[in-house]
Amino acid sequence: MATILLLGIFALAPPTNVRAFDTPDDGGGAITIEWQLSADDALLEGYEIYRSEDGIDYEKVGFIGRGRNVLEDETEDGKKYYYKVAAFSDTGRIFSEPSPVVMSSAQWINRNKINIVVAIFVFGGIILYFTYHARKGKELYIRKIAGVQAIDDAIGRATEMGKPILYCPGIGYMEDIATIASLSILGEVAKKCAQYNTKLINPHVEPIVYTVAREIVKEAYTKAGRPDAFDPDSVYFITDLQFAYAAAVDGIMVRERPATNFLIGWFRAESLILAETGASTGAIQIAGTDQVSQLPFFVTACDYTLIGEELYAASAYISKEPLLLGAIKGEDSGKLVIAGILVAASILGLLTKLPLLNLFR
Amino acid sequence: MKRTFPLFLLFVFGILGIIPFIIPHPVVQNTDDFLRNNLLKILAAFALILGLGSLLRVHFDKIKRKRQNWEYSWVLIITFVITSIIGLFGGVTGEGILPTRIGSFSFDIWTIYFNIEVPLGATMFALLAFFMASAAYRAFRARSSEATLLLVSAFVIMIGVLPLGESISHRLPSFTQWIMDVPNVAAQRGILFGVALGMLATALKIILGIERSWLGGGGE
Repeated sequence: MATILLLGIFALAPPTNVRAFDTPDDGGGAITIEWQLSADDALLEGYEIYRSEDGIDYEKVGFIGRGRNVLEDETEDGKKYYYKVAAFSDTGRIFSEPSPVVMSSAQWINRNKINIVVAIFVFGGIILYFTYHARKGKELYIRKIAGVQAIDDAIGRATEMGKPILYCPGIGYMEDIATIASLSILGEVAKKCAQYNTKLINPHVEPIVYTVAREIVKEAYTKAGRPDAFDPDSVYFITDLQFAYAAAVDGIMVRERPATNFLIGWFRAESLILAETGASTGAIQIAGTDQVSQLPFFVTACDYTLIGEELYAASAYISKEPLLLGAIKGEDSGKLVIAGILVAASILGLLTKLPLLNLFR
Repeated sequence: MKRTFPLFLLFVFGILGIIPFIIPHPVVQNTDDFLRNNLLKILAAFALILGLGSLLRVHFDKIKRKRQNWEYSWVLIITFVITSIIGLFGGVTGEGILPTRIGSFSFDIWTIYFNIEVPLGATMFALLAFFMASAAYRAFRARSSEATLLLVSAFVIMIGVLPLGESISHRLPSFTQWIMDVPNVAAQRGILFGVALGMLATALKIILGIERSWLGGGGE
């Protein structure tokens, strides 16, 4: 009688409503288990999750602390599983009822990302709309960017001084959009270097980027009608180490004393090392990156900085190609849409916090 | 054909790059993984040969023409040859056919990397502190209203995160946090919106062949 009474006092309440289901929107190999917390949750150490393939023999597959009621279990697709959850404390454990049988499988669509896909289509549509109009010859007004307008002057300055131009594309890989944008600008800068007969120095940290850049510069000299002026050694690979590259480029700045430094692309901690050394040599510096953490360094140490999307737009500004300008107009319109949504959402958010609105709830 | 084939390849692989973002199925993810890792590594290996060729060509040319500091080019070439031999024949940790240990002294690639390259890299990284000081001096000269605003906000934040800030006013640390969380984050988000749209536009321009400057020929 006393034993039954003790058990009545110390027996734990089990977790209830155990639900196991195929984890949604994943590539398979996972089952999510959810349960209602034990009534004695505060007394527990946590919950143990048990799994069985036949509904008879269960093995422990996971543990989670008290107050939590979800766990994801790694599984084999197409196999049937049963789950039980045990409330666990130092006095013992008590099991829930088993879950219904469940199987994991791979999904073909991640529904969580559908909103992003819709946004891509909407903004992509806006960009393509303006590109289409630009193709038809419609005049588009594009706001001016000081950094891009300074590129011509910077190249002209180097030509007048008889000094080279250093173009540093950063340490990004070919798949980085900032690197691609940087190479587009490099093509335009190289064309102007070819026209003005100004020496270009273009050191690289990434072999694939180097290979592409070499072709771009070579082609730019051909387009400018001066293929003979192209120096294959002006575009070269240095090292694939970040700080060794920074040291090498610093050395070039100090030895060659370029009149203009372009630091455009994907940068990390070496950004300030390069920009400060360049500033100490008296060169005009035009920088550009989409790395928010490096922008303050460039803004501080360089004469002009292409911030974020200005970097992507720069090659279109320089080349003045109508199709590319159409895409920029599309980008700006997209930003206008986002700004409109943000303002509307902020107003709605403010209004719903007004106490007056509580009367209507 | 010289232009059409790369543009066709770019279109196909551009679209293949988007699909795994919304399709989690292993068939798609494994293909994407193969393209991004295995295929790219093969391409990178060939590009590395071209890159090293360019590096050596530049330095041999420097020696040949006796350009400024040409003697250092010998240092690069000799160390390049030595480390290449050690790496190719000695293995990464000395498991190759070339002995990379004399008594307790070892000179395999791993040892060279950790004892020469890592300290040299750390030295360059450490210089960043001095560059930061000189950049801060440049930034904090109150030459314009923006620079003055930068100076004042930086001063408030620096004081606010120190114990001194708390002793000046108990509200200063929370004001510092407000500057970091509200105006600072708002500016960063503004830039990130632009970056996201710019990325989308650039990717579209490249995939659809509107932007062709990466081919070296501009839009023509």
